[in-house]
Amino acid sequence: MNGADAMAKCLELENVKVVYGYPGVAIANFFDRLGNTGIRQVLVRTEQNAGHMASGYARTLGEVGVCAVTSGPGATNLLTGIATAYADSIPLVCISGQVESDLIGSDGFQEADVTGAAESFVKYSYLVKDVNDIPRVFKEAFYIANTGRRGPVLIDVPIDVQKAEIKNFQYPEEVSLRTYKPTVKGHVQQIKKAVSELKKAKRPLICAGGGIFLAGAKDELISFVTKHDIPLVHTMMGIGVLPTDHELNYGMVGNNGTVSANKAMQESDVIIMIGARVADRAVANPDTVLDNKVLVHIDVDPAEIGKNVGPAIPIVGDAKSILQDLVDTDFEIDTGKWREYLKQYRSIRERVRVSDKYVDPVAFVALLSMAMDDRSIYVADVGQNQIWSCRNANIRTGGRFYTSGGMGTMGYAIPAAIGAKMADEKRQVVAVCGDGGFQMSMMEFATMKEEGVDIKVVVLKNNYLGLVREYQHYSLNDRYEMVKLGTYPRLSDLARAYDIDYYLADGMEGLEEKIKDFLSAKNQAIMEVTVDANDTVK
Amino acid sequence: MHTKVFQLLVDNTTGVLSRIAGLFSRRGYNIESITAGTTADPKYTRITIVASGDDDILEQIEKQVRKLTDVRDIRELEPDRSVYRELAMIKVEADATQRVQIGSLVDMFRAKVIDVTDESLMIEITGNVPKVDAFINLLKGYNILEIARTGIAGLARGKDGVVYLP
Repeated sequence: MNGADAMAKCLELENVKVVYGYPGVAIANFFDRLGNTGIRQVLVRTEQNAGHMASGYARTLGEVGVCAVTSGPGATNLLTGIATAYADSIPLVCISGQVESDLIGSDGFQEADVTGAAESFVKYSYLVKDVNDIPRVFKEAFYIANTGRRGPVLIDVPIDVQKAEIKNFQYPEEVSLRTYKPTVKGHVQQIKKAVSELKKAKRPLICAGGGIFLAGAKDELISFVTKHDIPLVHTMMGIGVLPTDHELNYGMVGNNGTVSANKAMQESDVIIMIGARVADRAVANPDTVLDNKVLVHIDVDPAEIGKNVGPAIPIVGDAKSILQDLVDTDFEIDTGKWREYLKQYRSIRERVRVSDKYVDPVAFVALLSMAMDDRSIYVADVGQNQIWSCRNANIRTGGRFYTSGGMGTMGYAIPAAIGAKMADEKRQVVAVCGDGGFQMSMMEFATMKEEGVDIKVVVLKNNYLGLVREYQHYSLNDRYEMVKLGTYPRLSDLARAYDIDYYLADGMEGLEEKIKDFLSAKNQAIMEVTVDANDTVK
Repeated sequence: MHTKVFQLLVDNTTGVLSRIAGLFSRRGYNIESITAGTTADPKYTRITIVASGDDDILEQIEKQVRKLTDVRDIRELEPDRSVYRELAMIKVEADATQRVQIGSLVDMFRAKVIDVTDESLMIEITGNVPKVDAFINLLKGYNILEIARTGIAGLARGKDGVVYLP
């Protein structure tokens, strides 16, 4: 058994089903031995997308996503995928090949110090120098990635280590990390404090983020919220913690959020923030958030508490465990008046339509999401399409909404959708992109076809990099520098090149029918939606 | 803006110092000095960092450092409950008469002359930072050629130090 066998064996023992990757000489030995296992190998078209596919896969199953690339350019191409996962706390194990151990540091062919390059956006990284360390390193990597605050872990394995004979393969039963011990259980005293604040509250509010999904705490959250009828708002990463139409869901917070959610944030007297990091896009003025209110901040990562907003009553631990403790604590509050008050802001939509000649992206997104299955996965890319989507998509019980929230990585949607579909083939998966992000990821149509993954792809096409154009409109005197994409490629021809069904929506007439046809296409399908370049998200 | 002295106990893994220094640089924290060395248990390295910032930053430093996988423990070495020491080596230009004058300063500060040439002296001084600063200040009347300071190392008084796990 050599190092490559050992790596493959470790993945088998971790119950990995899919590895996304791209080979080179420095990782070919690993793929060679991975081929002896039952693990599915998915050849992507560029390494960044291996990271995004693993991310879509991980988010769907709550398991660690795995990708493997070669040294040098393979590894550097993957960096954006790793950083994207890190920003949204997605558990990944990323394996990179490395040049021969004794060439490290000599600027060898396809050598890059990838552990150094990735340092600031991995949870941890390893450079394996001794083949006998492989079992321990893999065990630790999976453990670190998927405990505490989730995140990507990088394992860099020199080619000679992959080829070296391993003396005695023994996969550790448990990890023993002297220095890494994430907190799971919330402190009893702190939970009591939070409850006593809630009891006094007249206008309590829960603000939930992506941490709810990462902790698998959705059911516990719903039990807690509905037990006491506490209004809930959520961040972009928290879309879907409660169905969009749930009477206690007052929408998304932040500068792209709803009026009712932001009103609720301003006027509440006790906010329970769970698995949300009070990021700059979610809370524009963190300093004023706390005026006249008490903040209870629940997070698995103690460094998030007080980082952007504070002071708070901190509860460090796993959201699932803490919410269960909160559900189990009996107390009474009456939120009737508060909910009644918030209701009036619910239906406010500030947006004004610009033109009737094109498809209204707001209406389109709403219609699309309503036509999708309840348990479907809506993957939004980055840009105007993302803002239109997160504000207007209707996510129901069991439905999910993915996007690159923290990093804002264009080209995330298509590969993440492919990964999501592979994780659960029964679920309908739709990627919604703009024409910019689409062209950063359209090469993965080949992966989608070759692997027989049935996803539906929407391109909101306005021939511009819309969100930057919008910024130029508001802030740079309408000087549209560097944003014109133009009309190429012709999506109809592109669809033909990949044997994908093509649908065109160029006006509002018959739009609902078209969407239905598109979603029920037997084949993979792309829908081109013509949008007015003057249409804005504000 | 305050200064705090942090004492870290970290796992002695490859690249641990760069992980910690990298955290400070990418988050824009100020390091005034950093020293590292092995401890009574060779599995661990002790690092003493002097950092400055406002209260929020100093709190974040502690939390972000604690979060690093290799970090076993971080705590503040509070000034009134700890002892800090720094070593400095100072090379001063000195002819025969200056040598005597400087020699008396060296005695007053309980420093040591560790090397002499016909035109220079090398002095070693150990002490807390204000003492070292004061000594260097006094030498400014002479021509200081070079200074090497180690940055501080510190320990908490009594049994208040970092606890080792088995």
